[in-house]
Amino acid sequence: MRELPQFGLIWVYLAASPLLGLTLTLCAYVVAYWIYSRCKFSPLANPVAIAIALVSTVLLLSGMPYSEYFAGAQFVHFLLGPATVALAIPLARQLPRLRKSFLPLACGLLAGSTTAIVSAVVLTILLGGSPQLAFSIGPKSATTPIAMGVAEKLGGLPALTAVLVISTGIFGAVAARFLFNRMRIDSPEVRGFALGVTSHGIGTARAFQVNQEMGAFAGLGMGLNGVLTAFLAPWLIPVFVGLLAR
Amino acid sequence: MLASFATLLVFQCLGEGITFALKLPIPGPVVGMLLLFFTLVAYPPLLDRIEATGSELLRHLSLLFVPAGVGIVAAAGQVRGHWLTIILAVAVSTLLTLAVTAAVTRAVMDWQNRQNRHLDGNEKDGEGDHA
Repeated sequence: MRELPQFGLIWVYLAASPLLGLTLTLCAYVVAYWIYSRCKFSPLANPVAIAIALVSTVLLLSGMPYSEYFAGAQFVHFLLGPATVALAIPLARQLPRLRKSFLPLACGLLAGSTTAIVSAVVLTILLGGSPQLAFSIGPKSATTPIAMGVAEKLGGLPALTAVLVISTGIFGAVAARFLFNRMRIDSPEVRGFALGVTSHGIGTARAFQVNQEMGAFAGLGMGLNGVLTAFLAPWLIPVFVGLLAR
Repeated sequence: MLASFATLLVFQCLGEGITFALKLPIPGPVVGMLLLFFTLVAYPPLLDRIEATGSELLRHLSLLFVPAGVGIVAAAGQVRGHWLTIILAVAVSTLLTLAVTAAVTRAVMDWQNRQNRHLDGNEKDGEGDHA
């Protein structure tokens, strides 16, 4: 009888400080990574997806609002900035190979970026989606802030775009190995680059877990496709929406 | 380690500053990444100094997506939409993008290798190819 209110008190005390959100994030990730390693690092056991599910469950069950959680989790979130900058390091290491593969990577980027935007828009409209949905889904292969910016400019829903970007990231990271094996693509350079172009940071994180070389090219694909989408999507999406929707 | 982390933050600040000043539609850290890349190419000794910290940060890159991901899951419930359309479009488009990017990159790579082998064969017979 006496222990319950005391425990509640401790919870309230801890929840008010950023400590709890931070601890929850790290613990959920440690558990997710343990599951991932027990599954022999299978892409199906994506640690980002598992950790997000764990934290979301805890928030749902405890009734802790997201803003309270984020007060602690923001310290982890903040590191995304310097980590993105750090992607230049493995890339600079791969400079000789980068020079040699400049033309193939440029062609792959242009083809992939266009495919990502056009296929998403065309499928959405053909499956009966609204133009607003097409504006929100078009930039989904770009990294989240770029995609949200493009969607907002076109009149899409940035919140929906964020959901679609994360889904694209996780789905690509899960599916890539099976698809590439079936296509008999072995080069870590090509596999990493395609994963980064398609699945931005989450794909890049998966690539780094496979090996450094794949990670370096994934980071390159992510960065370049982010920039290219920022320029291509704002005029490519309205053209296709205009052609198909009436 | 501390100096390397400071270096990363300086480049992020530069990136954010440039993005803001030029009103670029690209996030500051991506600009920072490009700046750091060109700096490393121009001055390679820096690479050895910051590599350990950078690798450590990138090893746990997936952890860094968790807070934003949770926020998106929390917000997803409020978004109304044709979920079947959305799921199909995202899944098919993602597979297509992976396949097209990989196929085109590999095709051009193969073509380039054939060209190089051809040139090598014509110009200097007997040289081993390093491809």
